[in-house]
Amino acid sequence: MMIGPIGFAAPWLLVGLIALPILWLILRAVPPAPIRRRFPGVALLLGLRDEDSVSDRTPWWLLLLRALAVAAVIVGLAGPVLNPDREGNANAGDLLVVLDGSWAGAAAWPARADAIDRLLAEAGRNGRRAAILRLTQPKPVQFQSSEALRARLEGFAPLAWEPRAAFMAEAAAQLGEASFDTVWFSDGLALEGREALLTRLESRGTVRVVEQAGPVLALGPATLEGAELTVKALRSRAGPAQKVTIAAQGRDPAGNPAVLATVPAVFAEGAMEAGASLSLPAELRARITRFELSQARSAGSVSLSDDNLRRREVALIGGRDDRESLDVLSPLHFLRKALQPSADLIEGALMDVLPANPDVIILADIATLAPSEAASLQDWVSKGGMLLRFAGPRLAASETGRGADEPLMPVRLRAGGRTLGGAMSWGAPKKLAPFPEDSPFYGLPIPDEVTVASQVMAQPDPTLADRVIAQLSDGTPLVTRKRVDQGQVVLFHVTGNAEWSNLPLSGLFVSMLERLAVSSLVGRPAPEDLEGTSWQPLTMLDATGRVRDASNLPGVDGAALVAAPLGPNLRPGLYEGKQRILARNVIGVDRSLQPAAWPARIRVEGLTRPAETPLGGYLLALAILLLAADAVATLALSGRLTAARAGRVAGVLALAIIDMPGLPRAQEVPPAPAEQRSATDDTAAIAATRELVLAHILTGDRKLDDMAQAGLLGLSDTLFFRTSVEPSAPVGVDLERDEIAFYPLLYWPVTPEQPLPSAEAYAKLNRYLRAGGMILFDTRDADVARFGAASPNGRMLQRLAKALDIPPLEPLPADHVLTRTFYLLQDFPGRHNSRDVWVEAAPPDTEQVEGMPFRNLNDGVTPVVIGGNDWAAAWATDDRGNPLYPVGRGFAGERQRELAMRFGVNLVMHVLTGNYKSDQVHVPALLDRLGQ
Amino acid sequence: MSQPTPLRARAEAEASRFPPLLARAEQLAGTVMLGEHGRRRAGPGDDFWQYRPVQPGDSTRMIDWRRSARGDAHFVREREWQIAQSVMMWVDQSASMRFRSNDGLMEKSERARLLGLAVAILLIRGGERVGLTGTELPPRCGQEQVLRLADLFARPGDADFGEPEARAMIPYARAVFISDFMGPLDPVEVALAKAADRGVRGVLLQVLDPAEEAFPFKGRTIFESIGGTMAHETLKAGDLKDRYLERLAQRKAALSDMCHATGWQHHCHHTDQAAQSALLWLWRALDRGPSGGAGA
Repeated sequence: MMIGPIGFAAPWLLVGLIALPILWLILRAVPPAPIRRRFPGVALLLGLRDEDSVSDRTPWWLLLLRALAVAAVIVGLAGPVLNPDREGNANAGDLLVVLDGSWAGAAAWPARADAIDRLLAEAGRNGRRAAILRLTQPKPVQFQSSEALRARLEGFAPLAWEPRAAFMAEAAAQLGEASFDTVWFSDGLALEGREALLTRLESRGTVRVVEQAGPVLALGPATLEGAELTVKALRSRAGPAQKVTIAAQGRDPAGNPAVLATVPAVFAEGAMEAGASLSLPAELRARITRFELSQARSAGSVSLSDDNLRRREVALIGGRDDRESLDVLSPLHFLRKALQPSADLIEGALMDVLPANPDVIILADIATLAPSEAASLQDWVSKGGMLLRFAGPRLAASETGRGADEPLMPVRLRAGGRTLGGAMSWGAPKKLAPFPEDSPFYGLPIPDEVTVASQVMAQPDPTLADRVIAQLSDGTPLVTRKRVDQGQVVLFHVTGNAEWSNLPLSGLFVSMLERLAVSSLVGRPAPEDLEGTSWQPLTMLDATGRVRDASNLPGVDGAALVAAPLGPNLRPGLYEGKQRILARNVIGVDRSLQPAAWPARIRVEGLTRPAETPLGGYLLALAILLLAADAVATLALSGRLTAARAGRVAGVLALAIIDMPGLPRAQEVPPAPAEQRSATDDTAAIAATRELVLAHILTGDRKLDDMAQAGLLGLSDTLFFRTSVEPSAPVGVDLERDEIAFYPLLYWPVTPEQPLPSAEAYAKLNRYLRAGGMILFDTRDADVARFGAASPNGRMLQRLAKALDIPPLEPLPADHVLTRTFYLLQDFPGRHNSRDVWVEAAPPDTEQVEGMPFRNLNDGVTPVVIGGNDWAAAWATDDRGNPLYPVGRGFAGERQRELAMRFGVNLVMHVLTGNYKSDQVHVPALLDRLGQ
Repeated sequence: MSQPTPLRARAEAEASRFPPLLARAEQLAGTVMLGEHGRRRAGPGDDFWQYRPVQPGDSTRMIDWRRSARGDAHFVREREWQIAQSVMMWVDQSASMRFRSNDGLMEKSERARLLGLAVAILLIRGGERVGLTGTELPPRCGQEQVLRLADLFARPGDADFGEPEARAMIPYARAVFISDFMGPLDPVEVALAKAADRGVRGVLLQVLDPAEEAFPFKGRTIFESIGGTMAHETLKAGDLKDRYLERLAQRKAALSDMCHATGWQHHCHHTDQAAQSALLWLWRALDRGPSGGAGA
């Protein structure tokens, strides 16, 4: 049952709508339930009578709401469907589905398959038998159950060719005698022989045509003109301007499929063709395997490229060019000029160019090859290479090809060669004889002015006649050729330059090279050229334009390959012949697309149709909403809906809506693990860099570390009180974990127990030293040992420092800048008072100038200071500034502690100011202070 | 030591009920400035009134020596006559007072207690004696009385509609009756008549809920009194509105007439109005009453 575009699955349920007026009456008659109210004013009401014995009626709009809700439920349950599929139920006869089945419909095949599936499903519901006839591969029509056919639908996918008139006729012959209705799924292209088949079908029943809207797009074969590739896109219908993109597919250098280039092509308004040209490097062009239209996926939108696009790689190898000669005298000059426009040239040594596997190797006047070179070259020739040799003085003078038949020489040569028409000879220079018919040069016009003055002569031989492909007018061979397995060896008996003949100067030379397939073959072969040859399919295209392996397909005849139309026996793809690969594309060179023209009496429909939409769910949801509104309205009417309740109800409704499945919900993102480590690192870094901070290396010995900490604290306080350096509290750094770049000075107390730093820590330390940091090594044993490996601490220091980037050292010289950066010092005591303090050695070439108190040392800060005076113990103070460790005795001890402090101050000043105090500017003041 | 726990618990519960009512009543009372309440004549009292020359008959003990020392004459210090009045209150505790038509309003009984306690506080501050009608709490002065009043006000009554207590009226005292007067009017009339007989003047404050004034009901409804003793069913509540309002107006008119006849004053207060206006009216009415009565 249909009402407008809406059909019903269970139309009888609609009878229930009759009950609506009854419902209306009942609802009207039943009064709403009484409300109980507490009301003190009831005393005033006692005895009042109702004037009207009828209670309040339910208001009409509430009734309407309820009636609508019930109506929505009834209609919803009746199963309304918008745009139900009702095509083809008109008749009950058999149904024939005719498919063009060509590549043109491949892109829209899924949609078409859906449509056919719907059609068959409908036919199945109506109990109709059906058959499918695919015109690209007609089979006898056999009607069978629609359901069975639906399962086999995928088997009727489009094929990569178009139905020919022969196929149409064949299909028409196989229609059988029964009458049936026809639905013809057309691909939108004009087909030969369609009229006849259409008439036959019409004689059996009604014919309906389903055709996709929009033009069919296709891509013509690419042609190479000079260095430019020209590609042509076609469309079947002239329409508005349209832009398509053509992609050149190929393999990247790693061998992976890739898009090598894209080029847009624009159909002008009303135009059926759009050309595009792209210019690619020859290297890239050679790797193109096919062109594709990005907008369409079909065999017609793919154009396979074959050897036509390839430029031959030619390796030119000349002899040793040891004379300072002009270019024109080079044996390769004319070859280079002749080949450059049409071939890619490689030059180099033979063994260098062979791995590049060139198509042709030209040896210009090279007589002898090293045995390994000869073997490689022979191997390459036998695999299909073409070796082109030119004669010349060296070849004539050599013993090559004298005796036996050499593999790399087409003929045996006689010694010497001959010279014609020279000053010392009688004959005139010879002209060329017309080319024999079996010669590859047959048909080339021979200019009169081409003459040959010298040549090498072939040894008469039983095989010589077969090998000559060009000769002089006196019958002596000019060009000879020998096949070696798949390759060939060709010898020009003259030089490649104009020394022996003027052939290289003529256009004939270029044509001959072309004929020899040295330069590219341009243009497609004619059918007669390929007569009798057999071509093996390499790959084939399916209808969607995908490349399939075709090695299981039989070979095809060469003439058919070029001329015959595509069909089951000749599929589009790549075919391999003896010397080359030919592509057979769906779209030929001069093909144009024509839209299908149907007679006016035939009904043509589009492929797309509005989808079936069941409406029942919407109606039932509407009913629920109406009932909810009714509940709210009833509450409001009876006064039970107070503002507070309304708020609550609204809240509940909102919750219900929010909770409905399908609504997007905020994803609960798990909190990212707090990167505490980096956070603490950052705070430590900020603390270390906000103020100057002195640092000591943590040795793992708790007591020692505490002592170092206390010592640096004492030094920091001293600096704070006496200088403008105001450090904050010192820190201990763990070499493995902490960043040390923030600290200008590291105090490193040495203890035999401490572990050696890891490689990373050493890398960090070296970076630190190179970047201007300073480490104060303190072996703390100057009371018992001197500098060196005498004590355990000394040995440990050596082990520790082995991996460090420490420059040569020297004992702190008396004029070192450390002696005067802040205080003037001669000693550097700590708890011990040893003069053994070592610093970076001064450059050996510095000399003290007469009258100057110190040398001119202006380079850098010593990266290490090494000593054993246990400075930290002397510096160490507690929080209140009291010294922690005894130093010396009495006043002398206090003096020593003071000097230790002064050394610490000088050290920090040295780190922070560098060699500022080493500048000679300070000399007068220093001299004054020193009392000199 | 018998059952201390229930006693204690009850006491706590009772005590917990006081502060809000008391505090609000104090707060409300604080909004009214006392004034014009003295007797404006010399007499027994605490406040200074005037110095007058010594007259014969005054005992020497009455002479204010400090003032007399400043001159030659002797002076007697007179104080303003302050006499405490007795005010008797009746605040309806019945079930019908425990009604409010929506959550934003006070119950009528709550408003009635608040106003009653507030006016009691004001009166006690003014030195009057305040008590309840009947014999339960005779009029007394002092802050203690406020607490006792608050205690008694907090006890809900059982009756569906309240009847004023008119026994043990002190002659020439003042009275305050606060109720919704929704019950039968006869007891009210009897009480007023008794009071008038004893020369007691006072005010009737009728506290009503706005719903009782507007009757915003529709549809089929069963109305029940708060105590549940009365019920009335109607099919169309909306139709009853006009007649209900008519009866309400009649009742108010009857109350006004009674007051007019007995020299009392009547005022109708709604719980959606500010309590302060009702308190101000009460205070004015009480202040005006006796002097007006004396003048009349």
